Amino acid sequence: MKQFEALTRKKDSQAVRYLIVDDSVFARKSLAKMVESFGGQIVGEAGDGCTAITEYARTNPDIVLMDITMPQMEGIEAVERIVAEHPDARIVMVSSVGYQDNILAALQKGARHFVQKPVKPDALYEIIRYVLNDDGVTTPVGAERETSR
Amino acid sequence: MRMDLIQPFIGSLDAVLAETMHAPAKIVDLTMEEEGYRRKGTAASVTFKGQIEGRVILDMEPRAAAQIASYISGADVDSSEPIVPETVSELANMVIGNAVTQLNDRGFQFKVFPPEVLTEEQCAQAGRDSEATILCFETPSGNVHLNILMCYHRRRSRERAPVSVG
Repeated sequence: MKQFEALTRKKDSQAVRYLIVDDSVFARKSLAKMVESFGGQIVGEAGDGCTAITEYARTNPDIVLMDITMPQMEGIEAVERIVAEHPDARIVMVSSVGYQDNILAALQKGARHFVQKPVKPDALYEIIRYVLNDDGVTTPVGAERETSR
Repeated sequence: MRMDLIQPFIGSLDAVLAETMHAPAKIVDLTMEEEGYRRKGTAASVTFKGQIEGRVILDMEPRAAAQIASYISGADVDSSEPIVPETVSELANMVIGNAVTQLNDRGFQFKVFPPEVLTEEQCAQAGRDSEATILCFETPSGNVHLNILMCYHRRRSRERAPVSVG
C-alpha cells in the first residue's frame, strides 16, 4: 500500500489516534491498514454503536471512523450520543450506502465528514487532514462522494 | 428484468473489484435461471425492500476471495480461513450499497439489510421458483458471480407519486 506523509497532532506532533467502528472485521482491517499508512495509531475498535460509545470514553481518540449500518445501535445514533458527551469529537462516517438523507442526518448529529466505500486511501487521507484542521467547510480534492458539514 | 435497474449493480461491482483487486474484470457471461442457484465459491446475499425489492448474491471463487483477503490482511490467506467469508460479505455490502445509492439518486426508495453469508443449501433455496439474472465476471484470480433477483413495484411508485389537485 502507498505510504503517505505522516499526519500528526498539532498540539504535540504525536501520531493521530483512531477509533474504528464497523461491524465487518474486513472493513476494520482495511481501514486500519489505511490509517497506519498515514502514520496513525489504532487505539480502539468497535463492532457496533454501543461499544463505540464506551470505547470513545476509554480511548479519547483524535478521529473516529464510523460505519452507519450496524447491529444493536446504528452509527448515526452513536454519533449523536458521542457528540452530546464530547462536543469536540471528530467523527468521519464511512458507509457503502451514500443516500443523501443518511449523509445529512449524520452531519446534523455532529459527524464532520462522510466517505463512501470502497474507500480510496488518497481520498480518506485528504478528509482526515481536513478534519484535523477543520474550522470551515470544504470538499477535499479527489473525493468522489464526500460531504462536509 | 429491467436492464436499467441492473446496470448500477454491474458498474458498482466493476468499480469495487477494480479498487480491491487492482485488476480488470470483464463480463464473460449473462444467464437467466429459474432453478436453485449453485454456489461457485463463497457467497453473501444482501436484501432490499421498498419500491424495488429483491436480493443480490455475490459469489466469488475461492482464489479471488482469498486474494482480496490476503491484500487487506497483509499476509497470505487460505480460502478456508474465516476472513474469506467476511471479505465476501463486506464486498457484497459495498457493491449493493453503491448500486442502491445510484438507484436512490434516481428517485427509488428502499431499505437495505445487512449482508448474510450463504451456505450451499441457502443458495439453492434463494433462487428457486423465481427468475434471476446471473452475471459472470472474469478476473485474473478467478470468476466472480452476481446473482440478481428483483422486482419493481409500479403500484407503489404510483401511490408515492405526487397527485395534482384541482
